Amino acid sequence: MQASSKIPTDVSYLEYEGKHKGLRAWIFSTDHKRIGLLYLYSMMTLFLVGVILGLAMRFELIAPGKTIMDAKDYNAVFTVHGVIMIFMIVIPGLPAVFGNFMLPIMIGAKDVAFPKLNLLSWWVYIAGAFLVITSVLFGDGSPDTGWTFYAPYSFKTGANMLPAIFGAFVLGFSSILTGLNFIVTMHRMRAPGMTWTKMPLFPWSLYGTAWIQLLATPIVGITLVLVALERIFGIGVFDPALGGDPILYQHLFWIYSHPAVYVMILPAMGAISEIIPTFSQKHIFGYKVLVVSTLAIAFIGYFVWGHHMFTSGMSGTAQYTFSILTFLVAIPSAIKVFNWISTMYKGSINVQTPFYWAASFIFVFMIGGLSGLVVGALATNVYLHDTAFVVAHFHFIVFGGVGFSFFGAIHYWFPKMFGRMYDATWANIGWLIFTIGFLALYSPMFYLGMQGMPRRYYDYLEEFHAANILSTLGSWVMTLGLIIVIINLFRSAKSGPIAVANPWNGKTLEWTVPSPPPVENFDEIPEYQEKDGPYEYQ
Amino acid sequence: MENEKHHIVPYRLYAVVLLLLLVLTFISIAITDINLGAFTVVGALLLASIKSGLVLVYFMHLKFDKAYIQIMVGMVFILFIAIVLVTFFDYYFR
Repeated sequence: MQASSKIPTDVSYLEYEGKHKGLRAWIFSTDHKRIGLLYLYSMMTLFLVGVILGLAMRFELIAPGKTIMDAKDYNAVFTVHGVIMIFMIVIPGLPAVFGNFMLPIMIGAKDVAFPKLNLLSWWVYIAGAFLVITSVLFGDGSPDTGWTFYAPYSFKTGANMLPAIFGAFVLGFSSILTGLNFIVTMHRMRAPGMTWTKMPLFPWSLYGTAWIQLLATPIVGITLVLVALERIFGIGVFDPALGGDPILYQHLFWIYSHPAVYVMILPAMGAISEIIPTFSQKHIFGYKVLVVSTLAIAFIGYFVWGHHMFTSGMSGTAQYTFSILTFLVAIPSAIKVFNWISTMYKGSINVQTPFYWAASFIFVFMIGGLSGLVVGALATNVYLHDTAFVVAHFHFIVFGGVGFSFFGAIHYWFPKMFGRMYDATWANIGWLIFTIGFLALYSPMFYLGMQGMPRRYYDYLEEFHAANILSTLGSWVMTLGLIIVIINLFRSAKSGPIAVANPWNGKTLEWTVPSPPPVENFDEIPEYQEKDGPYEYQ
Repeated sequence: MENEKHHIVPYRLYAVVLLLLLVLTFISIAITDINLGAFTVVGALLLASIKSGLVLVYFMHLKFDKAYIQIMVGMVFILFIAIVLVTFFDYYFR
């Protein structure tokens, strides 16, 4: 699979174009690093669209009554915000960008197992994104069901649902192909001597994730096809008027979509497990336990989907079962947090931008995780279900967890990816403003939810006004931080100081190759010796 | 790849598996005439699992593959059964 070629070993992947030139040298490249950057640029573009929609929602909620949009537009805005952010940003997220870029280098390979399939994954991703955007621009109004496409509304609404449903279906294929590629790559292409227990933790997290992508995604794919068939032909699987069961839709949807949360969060945890030992200059605490906890989260994560359905009319037995299982998944998650803290204990902590992001990840993830136990418990769930509390919990986990880890990862691997350093002062200022804005944006929602403010309403009672003002102000502060972070990275990628091969004194294999890496990563495939490990700090 | 063992499967075996698949398909149609009550879904899933098992083992050559691949496929089946079981905690106790 790693055939020798005439590709020069001293030319970086950013300079080498192969048989295509210009833009075509990017969009037809099978180099895993270029594909990783294709995902990065596509996602950043879509992310900015999602952010603008989020800002519009928050602006609408700055005061009771209509501010800038009516209820129907608000429904469309939160639906498209959710579909873009979930299916196009956080699910592909870290695996598509950093998995593609770093996985082969971290395991000592020249590329992934199927480079052409990898490029196809990106094209399929773009096709899916295009389809979803089509549903907004054309037809009888934007989708307004929420990102969950709940039956029976999803096949009864007059909105333009089919392109959005088909788009989500197509995006699933991209995810499956990436997962398959990563599993085969890790099984077949690890460097000689790199046994499973010597593989770094970011690849391990990608391994757990890939299995979820491969096994769970087809379930949502076929479920969305059933919704489309229900819309077109009225087949009656989910339509109660035809003898169908709308709760079956919720089961099928969440059998995928809850494990999808672990598709989002596991690679985020994996990136944190790389950053913390590097900036603590210390061997990761409890390597094997971290590996087992990754696999345990991936496995138990399959059996907790029912906690999204506690108030939907499920049987009591199922409610107790899913509540217990939900509490179980907190155990391996907490193990990870304890191990990260223990890694820092007595380490030589080097406080740099990636470390700030990683430390704040632990903080916001803990808030998100503990509030998850509140909604995982049956009694409190009934009270808090479909309130702003759930929105706060979800954003602390998914935006706080994945977002903070993503920004930590890009500041960690930026010198390797672009061969240049960023301005650390502006990076730190961006992080600080972003974090303050994030907490101001989402923390009030916990309070609002406990006071009884429902989610997905464009209007609210006067008593919720003050907390909503704070939340909207937070969204502006967070966006300012985001703009600083993005401008700093873009400017640095073009004109930052040249980076050395190993600016952070990291010990994993990506820090042994030049910055930016040559086209095929390694002159010679590295060999792991008996004493070698991924985090061998003195 | 060149070092891996080749195996030759006699056509007769393929024909027998094909015949079994056809018989099982007819059974899965015929069984819809019988009222199995709560076990209707169990029956349909069991027959479908046997059929996909035959395809995996013989047509997709799982029988001749490495042990770790057999274990992985087996674990996927166990996961599938577990997910169906957990789903029925709702349907059977509703």
